[in-house]
Amino acid sequence: MAQLIKIKKGLDINLKGKAKNIVLKPLKSKLYCINPDDFIGLVPKILIKIGDKVQAGTALICDKKHSSVKVVSPVSGEVVEINRGEKRKLLSIIIEADDETDYLDFGRKKVSDLSADDIVQGLSQAGILPFIRQRPYDIVANPEDSPRDIFISGFYSAPLSPDLEFILKGEETDFQTGLDALAKLTKGKVHLGLNNHCVIAALKYAKHVEINTFEGPHPSGNVGVQINKIKAIDKGETVWVINPADVLFIGRLFNKGTADFSRLIALTGSEVKETGYHKTIIGVNIQDIVKDNVSTELNLRYISGNVLTGAKISEQGYLRATDNQVTVIPEGDDNNEFFGWASLGLDKFSNSRTYFSWILNPLGSKEYQIDARIKGGTRAMIMSDEYDKVFPMDIYPEFLLKAIIAFNVDKMEALGIYEVAPEDFALCEFVDTSKIEIQKIVRMGLDLLYKEMND
Amino acid sequence: MKVLRNYLNKIKPNFETGGKLSMFHSVFDGVETFLFVPNKTSKSGVHIHDCVDGKRTMSIVIMALMPALLFGMYNIGYQHYLAIGQESALWEMFLFGFLAVLPKLVVSYGVGLGIEFIVAQYKGHEVAEGFLVSGILIPMIMPIDTPLWMLAIATAFAVIFAKEVFGGTGYNIWNVALIARAFLFFAYPSKMSGDQVFVRTNDSFGFGAGSVTDAFSGATPLGQVTAATTNNVQLHDAIGNPLAYWDMFIGLIPGSIGETSKLAILIGALILLFTGVASWKAMLSVFAGGMLTALLFNQIGSTPTMMVSPLEHILLGGFAFGAVFMATDPVTSARTEAGKYIYGFLIGVFTVLIRVLNPGYPEGMMLAILFMNSFAPLIDFYVVDANIKRRSKRAIVKSNAE
Repeated sequence: MAQLIKIKKGLDINLKGKAKNIVLKPLKSKLYCINPDDFIGLVPKILIKIGDKVQAGTALICDKKHSSVKVVSPVSGEVVEINRGEKRKLLSIIIEADDETDYLDFGRKKVSDLSADDIVQGLSQAGILPFIRQRPYDIVANPEDSPRDIFISGFYSAPLSPDLEFILKGEETDFQTGLDALAKLTKGKVHLGLNNHCVIAALKYAKHVEINTFEGPHPSGNVGVQINKIKAIDKGETVWVINPADVLFIGRLFNKGTADFSRLIALTGSEVKETGYHKTIIGVNIQDIVKDNVSTELNLRYISGNVLTGAKISEQGYLRATDNQVTVIPEGDDNNEFFGWASLGLDKFSNSRTYFSWILNPLGSKEYQIDARIKGGTRAMIMSDEYDKVFPMDIYPEFLLKAIIAFNVDKMEALGIYEVAPEDFALCEFVDTSKIEIQKIVRMGLDLLYKEMND
Repeated sequence: MKVLRNYLNKIKPNFETGGKLSMFHSVFDGVETFLFVPNKTSKSGVHIHDCVDGKRTMSIVIMALMPALLFGMYNIGYQHYLAIGQESALWEMFLFGFLAVLPKLVVSYGVGLGIEFIVAQYKGHEVAEGFLVSGILIPMIMPIDTPLWMLAIATAFAVIFAKEVFGGTGYNIWNVALIARAFLFFAYPSKMSGDQVFVRTNDSFGFGAGSVTDAFSGATPLGQVTAATTNNVQLHDAIGNPLAYWDMFIGLIPGSIGETSKLAILIGALILLFTGVASWKAMLSVFAGGMLTALLFNQIGSTPTMMVSPLEHILLGGFAFGAVFMATDPVTSARTEAGKYIYGFLIGVFTVLIRVLNPGYPEGMMLAILFMNSFAPLIDFYVVDANIKRRSKRAIVKSNAE
């Protein structure tokens, strides 16, 4: 029987601009962009050159360390740009799409007849492997590993994040097929963590998985928190995780035989006029859905992903491969607030009680418009218990962070570095009085540790 | 506000690297961020941030200190006029106290912030807000008759050697304000204790002149207990009238500037707890530790100091002030939640222990807090170590099962 796990620590930031549960016009663009940085840990080797014709499913890059980890083109068309940065670092590959997508055929397969190796090979060909991540280190999974377990969070809890149950509607078969395939990749279990309000059968009665139910504020939907509560990772163990929406890619591959990277993405944020969902493909240019659909009075920030972990993009930017959400909030750099720190702050959101908005809004039902300002200078860690209040794992976040900053490997291991990913610290970074770039520190720590342990 | 903003934008280039006034960069930055919320937006990580920052947190603490400071000013005047035996109006007493305390605030802030700005400029940092609180705390925990030059030296010593050498606000091991007090306590003991310093008998800037009455005695209640020879001590005020609990609670007794009124401290405590700035765990445990220890000594009861009741212990001296404003300093207290109980409890225990068993000096709060500041990292170490052990045990259990 499913176990109910209550998460007490955390914070729901109630933002304006939640996506309405309606499907708006499909989003198509002329250009699509693949950004290797979305696949952390992958060292890209380019397999195509400018002018090459590609199909949806043609490999664009592969990992130098594991050549079976490939990133493929989500659309058919022509490679028009390969952008490089300093030291010739590959920044992005731009593809001009055909009007009709021409899919490379990988052949339909019945998952029940396949072995684990067949499945890995299939996922490798179709470029789905880099969507599977591993813990520790929160990097693209190594296909040669045999993971202890696979964890999937069955809901999104970050602010303004899309409703997974809405996304899965009509895709139930592909979702189940994806789960079936994943179940073959581990000797352990596939753990699916559900929200206790979950109603749809695709999740609730999913087969070949172990279901646990979670209740509580964000980050209860973060897979890292769920792993920590169900079966924490110890040194030497590896688990795999995958975004629940990406499970559909696996299902479509085996059911339809194509690398179909279409997604239902949510358009959210306080500055969006008409919020809702758009059917699209990863790497799409977002211009069409935000143009004339955002407020014009303020400077705006466009984010691929949610406000806590997403990437800043421009208004002509591209949806990143791992995201199923676009958020638009005020930038705030045109706002000069006089004596802001001394105001009563009845309209300001704060997890501390130093601004008095919490008195007017005891139930948290008010929706806030929050801009991208940092609202203070960077300081040393001063307040204690701030991070702990929004960090539901059995880990001392402050002490772990200090161990990372000092790069004390023994301490990091002892304090639980193998269990965490930067996204688990996003709320700590949000509430931090000292405005420290915590996710950056954790990412840096994980990268250094990986080098130390593996090179 | 637009005019001001435009003016700041106009002069800003002068303060940036290469500008004429770049040596005052920290000063400009300090002033600018004081006036306007910085509109720097996030570059990496989370796109939105909580409104709370160092300035907000520190200004809440200062707000919480205000009742005690204002009452302290009034009480300085009250004690003075009591000592010289003159009737006077409330505003006169307050004005007298105000004139007596103001120079101390000016000196403390002037010296401390001066050093902070110089260090920030030298290091190329922003000016941290920590001293805004320390600067008001330092005068509040001093006797009124501590000379200004001593205050200046103590403040400079504390800011430089207790804070900046460790790396500035957030890195200090000991409470900065208490280090200032401890410095004077050991360097100039005659100006920090006894019955000469807690009631101002001279005038303030020529205001409130007079000579003391024959009945005057400036000893604090705790001082009276220490000096007593019999177990039945009758505490009295500056001119020999008996003191009731109520007087001690309201705070019309001799003592350091900010510490006397438990009522004002209680208001401050409520502000700190209501806004969540201070930890109730540390605060409550100090009281629990102190009162339990006092109770224990009451059972022994062989000296006058052992007979002081738990209630008197928390109503007298700096106990309440220390518990509310010093033991809850997040930087120098234990940083784990479990640790805060232990840390606070032991502060209470040591305070009463020092008060009761140390024959030389009646008060123990300062030494107890500084002592526990030193041990806070050790307490945290054991709390965190329990988590580490749990994790390694889990790994061992798993590997055995395989």
